[in-house]
Amino acid sequence: MNVLVNGKSRDLPDGSTVLALLERFDLAGERVAVEVNGHILDRGAFAQHALSEGDVVEVVRFVGGG
Amino acid sequence: MDELVIAGRRFRSRLMLGTGKYRTFEEMRQALDASGAEIVTVAVRRVNLDEREESLLAYIDLDRYFLLPNTAGCHTAEEAVRTARLARAAGLSNWVKLEVIPDDGTLLPDPVATVEAAKILVSEGFVVLPYTTDDHTVAKRLLDIGCATIMPYGSAIGTGQGLPNPERLKRIIDLVGGRVPVVIDAGIGAPSDAALAMELGADAVLVNTAIAKAGNPVAMARAMALGVEAGRMAYRAGRIPKSDVPSPSSPIEGLVGGVK
Repeated sequence: MNVLVNGKSRDLPDGSTVLALLERFDLAGERVAVEVNGHILDRGAFAQHALSEGDVVEVVRFVGGG
Repeated sequence: MDELVIAGRRFRSRLMLGTGKYRTFEEMRQALDASGAEIVTVAVRRVNLDEREESLLAYIDLDRYFLLPNTAGCHTAEEAVRTARLARAAGLSNWVKLEVIPDDGTLLPDPVATVEAAKILVSEGFVVLPYTTDDHTVAKRLLDIGCATIMPYGSAIGTGQGLPNPERLKRIIDLVGGRVPVVIDAGIGAPSDAALAMELGADAVLVNTAIAKAGNPVAMARAMALGVEAGRMAYRAGRIPKSDVPSPSSPIEGLVGGVK
């Protein structure tokens, strides 16, 4: 299935969870926040939340800033 | 130095540091250490999925520093609220340094949108530290909403022009009257600017560019901390009023007699 992650289309196995997405990009140990179709997920929901075809996902982290 | 209290949380340092613009994360880490700061600001950005990037947080000891996420880069109240919610979802705290800056050229805040966003965030239980202009009516609005600090600029972000309008900052400090801390944010170029802000009665200053872009950021971080400390001590000591009339520091009596 195709999912739009941070503005770019990604091909993921059907039914992938948010956690699986993070693991694929080596981000499971990072302090990130995730929004799916405009809804922010609790960190505890990453392992359960299954993504669907066409979902729009934002994955953000903290970077240097003033 | 006396403690700084924001929303019931106590801090020993009155210098807050930004973490942007450093040449390397390691240099930033050393500058944070030298500054004695406890509150450090960070931005929220998309993770780059195509290129593995080093994590900023690997260089910030969260047992020592309190992370204050900002909404920098947000042009509207809506974007700022969304970014604040994302920052909170990262699971460190419900504090946010609110910035709504519609114009990337001037980097001047939009006070109306800032007030609008602050209202929403305060109602959602955020501890809101709003970056704003030095307009005292806007400061009053932010105070009335229930913001945890008021953070007026000294001058525009990254300019290092210091405090060209100290009387406007003083008016805000007097207006707020100690109900919440006033933090001078942006424009600080040198320790003398930080000292001046503190002498005016500001409760803290936030510095990024002046340290990160200094010739030696680690030494400048220490210098800035000393500036803040000197300014705070001077404020508490009570500086003399400025006078137009000179007054000698040495006695005018008892001068040796003239030679005939």
